[in-house]
Amino acid sequence: MTPGGGSGPMKDCEYSQISTHSSSSPMESPHKKKKSVPKRKWEVFPGRNKFFCNGRIMMARQTGVFYLTLVLILVTSGLFFAFDCPYLSEKITPAIPAIGGILFFFVMGTLLRTSFSDPGVLPRATPDEAADLERQIDIANGSSSGGYRPPPRTKEVIINGQTVKLKYCFTCKIFRPPRASHCSLCDNCVERFDHHCPWVGNCVGKRNYRFFYMFILSLSFLTVFIFAFVITHVILRSQQTGFLNALKDSPASVLEAVVCFFSVWSIVGLSGFHTYLISSNQTTNEDIKGSWSNKRGKENYNPYSYGNIFTNCCAALCGPLSPSLIDRRGFIQPDTPQLAGPSNGITMYGATQSQSNMAAATPLLQSEPSITSEELTLPGKTSISGPCATLTLGQPTPPSSMPNLTSDSGLTDIIPLKEEHDGHQFLTPEEAPSPPGMLPSGSPITHSHTMHVLSLASQDSLHEDSVRGLVKLSSV
Amino acid sequence: QVHSLQELRRSASLATKVFVQRDYSDGTTCQFQTKFPPELESRIERQLFEETVKTLNGFYAEAEKIGGSSYLEGCLACATAYFIFLCMETHYEKVLKKISKYIQDQNEKIYAPRGLLLTDPLERGMRVIEISIYEDRCSSGSSSSGSSSSSSGGGAG
Repeated sequence: MTPGGGSGPMKDCEYSQISTHSSSSPMESPHKKKKSVPKRKWEVFPGRNKFFCNGRIMMARQTGVFYLTLVLILVTSGLFFAFDCPYLSEKITPAIPAIGGILFFFVMGTLLRTSFSDPGVLPRATPDEAADLERQIDIANGSSSGGYRPPPRTKEVIINGQTVKLKYCFTCKIFRPPRASHCSLCDNCVERFDHHCPWVGNCVGKRNYRFFYMFILSLSFLTVFIFAFVITHVILRSQQTGFLNALKDSPASVLEAVVCFFSVWSIVGLSGFHTYLISSNQTTNEDIKGSWSNKRGKENYNPYSYGNIFTNCCAALCGPLSPSLIDRRGFIQPDTPQLAGPSNGITMYGATQSQSNMAAATPLLQSEPSITSEELTLPGKTSISGPCATLTLGQPTPPSSMPNLTSDSGLTDIIPLKEEHDGHQFLTPEEAPSPPGMLPSGSPITHSHTMHVLSLASQDSLHEDSVRGLVKLSSV
Repeated sequence: QVHSLQELRRSASLATKVFVQRDYSDGTTCQFQTKFPPELESRIERQLFEETVKTLNGFYAEAEKIGGSSYLEGCLACATAYFIFLCMETHYEKVLKKISKYIQDQNEKIYAPRGLLLTDPLERGMRVIEISIYEDRCSSGSSSSGSSSSSSGGGAG
């Protein structure tokens, strides 16, 4: 039996697991779970995220472009410090590498903060909450209106005189707070959702927006800085030895100039765009949809804006930083209810007794994700390439980079993660299924479903009474 | 019947849970509705409950207040490229600790003796204040849990 909390590879636990401590479910025995090492919450997190350093670091599933960003920044800056700075500090002033160093430090710090922190993910509703909400919705809509499709679920609130519609998220089973949105790539509701940025490998939301903004701002300065001084370097050298010789003497400068030239337009442009967004207190999401634009009507205004640019900027950048709501490193308490159910009917929590009941009750809910286009939760990493393409094209991200990554990084991501995290329960079909060592190569979703359900059954520890109450309510 | 917090879990059984939802009329700041849930009608005085919710709302408003000290904290953090968050606790986190203590205090003094239990909203994603209603296993649990399930089943039927 491995002692570590999920850090070592599990080789033969599925054979040695005859746990004597809890005999609540006969389905526990084929399961590879250790006896008494408590799991941390990140290990059973239902969203499509990757966690590192035992839950301290949180990123989106696809991180290929993030590594590209890192490489570009590190290589360009590295070449700058190695090849251009000696000449420049001698010829002009040593303040140049010093300022460059500070900018580089700032860029890396903010990039890592943006990429690794929780963007403001809203945890999914507990089964009790979900049941309570369902009940209230049913009461409000006056029992199930005809047909299989329940009516769309929205709530209206008046914020600062403006009517705002709150939508019900079928995946997370909550009414989304204002300005929150569900990210299909990460399968999470994120507060004050701005956009999903593949360049930083994470969503940008309430908690990391200021890091993101400082990142692109400082990167703009760094790019312009490097570009300007590389040009200066080449010019100074050409004055001595001629242009072509100058290029031959420092070939790195050419590479840096090219990278900076192409980056500067997009990054400076993006900084400008986000400066506008911050000063008007809007998110990218709202701006793209035109939620508060005058074109929708004269009465339409942004209820969240503080009225003046200065306050808006200060609030966005210097306001209080709310804590992470998902408590990644907390331990799962035996008597706390686990998070509510199926995103598309495949990921399910529930007591073993209620499995069948909930399975019976959830067909209604299962059909819903297909209705709303923004609830696309079908992961694109299986051998099916169709959903993969449709999933990625709908996102405001460079579409050319996405499909390649999903197919390439799919299997390569699965394999190492399975070896590292023995107890790591992925809750999506392509990764959930089997004990470690078995590659999910082309395994059908139904097969992985049953294996997945079996393996999760033992994790659940809903309070007995609340489970019964839940079953009563959900078996409508 | 008077329960202490520890006894509650042992001798009482969970009958139902009531959820106090968020009040978004002021924007995205964290505030909870002060509307008194009907299920608590027989369990606790309206005024006590409302005071708890109002105090919690006050705490959250304090945590999210945008003013001199939060600006200072924000600018300092920005100047250090946010590395300072690695060693410093933010103002929000300090207030959350106060809130957690307050809730525990309220549970011990007011709610547990009445067979109720407040759950810190932080554990529920700041969406709801969850109030668990317990019934004594030995006492007339069946009648009151019967009434609560009928009230919950009525809407679903």
